[in-house]
Amino acid sequence: MSDVRLSNITKTFGDINALDDISLEIKDGEFFVLLGPTGAGKTTTLRIIAGLEKPEAGEISFDGEVVNALQPADRDVAFVFQQYSLYPNMSVYDNLAFPLRSPLRKTPEPEVRQRVTAAAEKLRISHLLDRKTARLSGGEMQRVSIGRAIVREPRIFLMDEPLSNLDAKLRESLRVELKHLQKTHGSTTLFVTHDQIEALTMADRIAVLDAGHLLQVGTPTDIYDHPATTVVAQLVGTPRINLLPAQAADGQIQVTESSLRVPLNGGRASGEVMLGIRPEDVRLGSGGRFEGSVILTETLGVETLVHLRCGGQALVSVVAGAAPYGVNSTVHFDIAPDRLHVFGAGGVRVN
Amino acid sequence: MAAQVAQTPPVSTPVTISTRVDQVGMRPLIASWVRGIIAVLIAIVMLIPVIWMGMTAFKPLPDAVSVPPTVFFTPTLEGFVSLFTQRRQLSAEEWEAMKQRTDLSWAEQVMLPRQQTIIGESQFGRQLLNSVIIAGSSTILSVIFAVLSAYAFSRFRVPGKDDLLFFILSQRMLPAVVVTVPIFLMYRQLGLYDTPLGMILLYTSFNLSFAVWLLMGFIDEIPREYEDAALVDGYTRLQAFRKIVLPQAVTGIAATTVFSFIFSWNEYAFALLLTSDNARTAPPSIPLILGTGGIEWSTIAAGSMAFLIPVVIVTFALRRHLLRGVTFGAIRKG
Repeated sequence: MSDVRLSNITKTFGDINALDDISLEIKDGEFFVLLGPTGAGKTTTLRIIAGLEKPEAGEISFDGEVVNALQPADRDVAFVFQQYSLYPNMSVYDNLAFPLRSPLRKTPEPEVRQRVTAAAEKLRISHLLDRKTARLSGGEMQRVSIGRAIVREPRIFLMDEPLSNLDAKLRESLRVELKHLQKTHGSTTLFVTHDQIEALTMADRIAVLDAGHLLQVGTPTDIYDHPATTVVAQLVGTPRINLLPAQAADGQIQVTESSLRVPLNGGRASGEVMLGIRPEDVRLGSGGRFEGSVILTETLGVETLVHLRCGGQALVSVVAGAAPYGVNSTVHFDIAPDRLHVFGAGGVRVN
Repeated sequence: MAAQVAQTPPVSTPVTISTRVDQVGMRPLIASWVRGIIAVLIAIVMLIPVIWMGMTAFKPLPDAVSVPPTVFFTPTLEGFVSLFTQRRQLSAEEWEAMKQRTDLSWAEQVMLPRQQTIIGESQFGRQLLNSVIIAGSSTILSVIFAVLSAYAFSRFRVPGKDDLLFFILSQRMLPAVVVTVPIFLMYRQLGLYDTPLGMILLYTSFNLSFAVWLLMGFIDEIPREYEDAALVDGYTRLQAFRKIVLPQAVTGIAATTVFSFIFSWNEYAFALLLTSDNARTAPPSIPLILGTGGIEWSTIAAGSMAFLIPVVIVTFALRRHLLRGVTFGAIRKG
């Protein structure tokens, strides 16, 4: 297994700036997630690491060795594609054996058999080995394509939204399996997703990309608790963060068109700001300092989302269990003062 | 299998009515019968000339020319034997003498009722062989070149790609016969006149334009992800092409092969103009059978039969690939 370093990678497709001066470092044995909306440049980053695309500028190195000039085959990485890309003219067994049989490795057949069998057992697809790939379900296909990556011991695993084509139930179980597999193998894994839950649950560290720019790198807790920009704040967390336009002055923040006024904890800000409040930090209770009226409640079983109106602003709060609030009823709430996110000009965090 | 079972909703009540559209009532059933009958009728009408030709090839000469035509006759190989041999008409005495002999070969026996004896081989065997060599080689060459260039056009950023493709297609816009004279003169100069090589080159270049376009459609259909996967799995581009792309393009390659072969095999005008003895193919030879002493209908029919067989063989050998669907992959369109 290897560490990966990207330095100042730039890639354009025609007029489109797919990646703009991206620098990243992925540690050996780390589960690293690239998170971002569609078109952020996540897949391009993976393809550049695999050698399927050439960057216009910048350096890619594995273990300190620059690999820019190496062909994909010589980089010794494994790629799990979003579309699975199982070779349709081969059986599951041959698909799994394909990387081992490559002219580069020329693994002897007994070892191929042993490795394929082991990988198939690990992924519980042993009963499918003789099957043609076209006759598999989505979950089975994805297991096979993961199997094709783990039969050899590549330096890096690259996974491009491998779970996004699966139904919710299957996605959850494969998520756990993948994480487990990664931890037991100790493999360096780069995982691309647009699903923040996948990112938060699986990653050791997350890099957030948007429109070719790297917005933030950090642990899931970092990203959630200290989003660097409004884009990151909105991308991570369900229900979404409350973003309210506000005025900052004298260490106080006054939310526009409402009675919400909170102290600015640390940092400097004045003038126009955006105040971010996670829904769980809007705490409903009779002793609350602020007052609002209930617009709507959404019951999710384990918790309930309460949509509030406070002056001219709308807020979402999340409370445990069922909430006994009727529409248009008046509620009191508090805001956790130490968990506020204040974003200044350009949506950059200031506190 | 477990995952598939889990996805199907539990059936609480047994389904007692058929939901199949074709089992709704008598009407669709009758309609499908009518369609079937019409299809069979059309097939018969289409096949009559072929059946007629097949029958004529096995008829003795009087039956072949009789009016009204005979449907029942004693089959003979006279047509085929005269196709591949040169014969001499026997005088009455010679004929009597031949009848007495017991050391005749089967071919001579076949020709005895016609009062003819075999004096040598005809050109037709060699012309048929020429056809096989020329059509076969040009088909193989055009398919190989076309697969490679179609792959390049489909996968790489070729400078001036659209113009090149249009240029390739435009080769087909001119009626081929228009260029026969210039080609004839060039071939005379280059020493390609009446050579198998000349004909192979000519047919290859004719087939290429069409073959490139046809194959490009098929290769475009093969998702690039397969090759990306193979590249990452430790294969070079060429190895990925051979191991992944070619097996999947088989349907397209088969179709292109059949079309190219049929064109090269049937081509008449250039073969007539650009060959004489050495490289003459079968198509311009068959009409020449007409010439010698009366119209030898059964020989002509036999020639047409012999001419038809290779095309049938090629098409039949590739039928499985021709019929199979194009996209048969395990890529999910997400």
